Amino acid sequence: MPLEGALDRSADAAPPIARPLARGRSGRLLRACVTNPAFLVGLMILLTVVAVALLAPWLYPGDPQDMVAVPAMWPGEDWEHPLGTDSLGRDVAAGLAHGARVSLLVGLSAAAIGLTIGTVVGASAGYFGGVVDNALSRLTEVFQTVPTFLLVIVIVAIVQPAASTIALAIGVAAWPTVARLVRAQFRSLREADFVMAARSLGYSSPRIIAMEVLPNALPPVIVTTSVMVANAILTEAGLSFLAMGDPNLVSWGSMIGDGRSLLRTEWFLTALPGAAIALTVLSLNLVGDGLNDILNPRSGLA
Amino acid sequence: MMYPLLRVEDLTIGFPAATVVHEVSFEVFPGETMALVGESGCGKSITAFALMRLLPPGARILRGEVMFDGINLVTAAPRTLRDVRGRTLSLILQEPMTSLNPVLPIGMQIAEVMRRHEGIGKAAARRRSVELLELVGVTDAQRRYDDFPHHFSGGMRQRVMIAMAVACNPKLLIADEPTTALDVTIQAQVLDLLDSLRRQLGMAVLLITHDLGVVAQWADRVTVMYAGRVVEQAPVRPFFASPRHPYARGLLDASVGHDGEAHYTTRRLNEIPGSVASAAFEHGCPFAPRCPVRIDACRLSSPPLVALVPEHRVACIVTAGTEHVPAVG
Repeated sequence: MPLEGALDRSADAAPPIARPLARGRSGRLLRACVTNPAFLVGLMILLTVVAVALLAPWLYPGDPQDMVAVPAMWPGEDWEHPLGTDSLGRDVAAGLAHGARVSLLVGLSAAAIGLTIGTVVGASAGYFGGVVDNALSRLTEVFQTVPTFLLVIVIVAIVQPAASTIALAIGVAAWPTVARLVRAQFRSLREADFVMAARSLGYSSPRIIAMEVLPNALPPVIVTTSVMVANAILTEAGLSFLAMGDPNLVSWGSMIGDGRSLLRTEWFLTALPGAAIALTVLSLNLVGDGLNDILNPRSGLA
Repeated sequence: MMYPLLRVEDLTIGFPAATVVHEVSFEVFPGETMALVGESGCGKSITAFALMRLLPPGARILRGEVMFDGINLVTAAPRTLRDVRGRTLSLILQEPMTSLNPVLPIGMQIAEVMRRHEGIGKAAARRRSVELLELVGVTDAQRRYDDFPHHFSGGMRQRVMIAMAVACNPKLLIADEPTTALDVTIQAQVLDLLDSLRRQLGMAVLLITHDLGVVAQWADRVTVMYAGRVVEQAPVRPFFASPRHPYARGLLDASVGHDGEAHYTTRRLNEIPGSVASAAFEHGCPFAPRCPVRIDACRLSSPPLVALVPEHRVACIVTAGTEHVPAVG
């Protein structure tokens, strides 16, 4: 009956006026994509890079270090190798695709390592305060006084230059930033009323740190994480440029390094991997900013 | 005679710079509402936090004993304390707007309390949380379970806080100015809710407030604090009928009458001259500088809390002297 339907609808229509339309995290993600074009662009670039990295073994089977054609061929000269070849006749497109794997893998693992160490140190220092805070803060400062890139070079020089050790070195050098950020967040949040309420309900300190404080401390940390991944990619590129990268892998940095000698004539050999790095780093920064809005549940009210 | 559920004896709390709560003693009996009244900074909130051993950094319990349900909370191990907190002894904070974790759905926050203390499963905890939400008057509880705190108004959030506090059927609920941040109509609703829950669940309530109207309407007994000390302690009726301490008399003189007649008066309300003494005040009666009936002896030593009639205790040597009652401890 039409009348009944109309009544039902009016009853259902009332709550959405009082509450935001998109409920839950997926709703906010969708809405952020619509309202925040920068985030959408960043996400699309990043997803493209990830897709290329994942599909590299199928797009360009075999070793990208193999010499496959005439050296120093310009892009478009031979459609078998659309982005040309370098001074040794290696396919630039294959190098970029496989390099994406190395860059992302090193970037993500380094950020994960840095994030883990930084969060544990920062959370303990900020939440417990006192002696614990003093000890951990001094330790953080010791690491911060050493320039990141120098520390990475020293670590890589001592151990074998493999992708895993490079990621570890970058992570170990990058954690103080996260630790300081997390500590500051925890110091202000531990005084929050809901932390007091959680203590009055009988929760233990580890639980309060993990369930009450950490989720509230995350938004700035997540933004920092995307910048950390970007920085790790840059650091790895810098290492490879200096020929201190993993010699068995093609990375964007090593491609720039190899192309350096032909910079005046075949400039695309440095420009293409350089553009790949710039685009990836840019997309990570855009995504970080967008995530900041999405992960803040109160932003839905603004 | 009934045994007290909570017995606080000579509780003394200090910050490094000064002692702010001096030898506070009171009892809360099972099922009653005891009001702890005083103005801002008199030490009532810090006393409440001390009962739960949740003092701010720097503050320490210097002396005294807090016996609750057979456990001395002052000396209890952290583990024992965590088992007591939220299970038999709950706390409601003043600020409902900031007392809920903003990133977790409210239903989950209630369910977690029961999972922590009663070890029940996820589904059972959810079911009981929905029941609790209904109990505290949240309509459409099934749906509201997954809402975040920012979807609720202040009064509704305080209801959610109350649901969390009573989730494990506590024996004593400490409510630290639970309605100060709410407007007057909501205040009455929330206090009515607390009162009906107290009856239904058979718990005692320690109501901390600065509002004598709230005390008159919802409390069974009252303890008045001034500058970190207990100055008067009595059942509500005798207290409002004849307050004995000059400070309590001043307070009641300064408020409009219960009969409502004073609402229409154009006369100026009475006030207590001077301003409140620091809780760190050390010598003599802290109220002496403002007291209309003080004598020289008031400045010499802190007056003891003496019983004028059974259950009506007052810390004033002048009152005790004129009523000729021997000092009892």
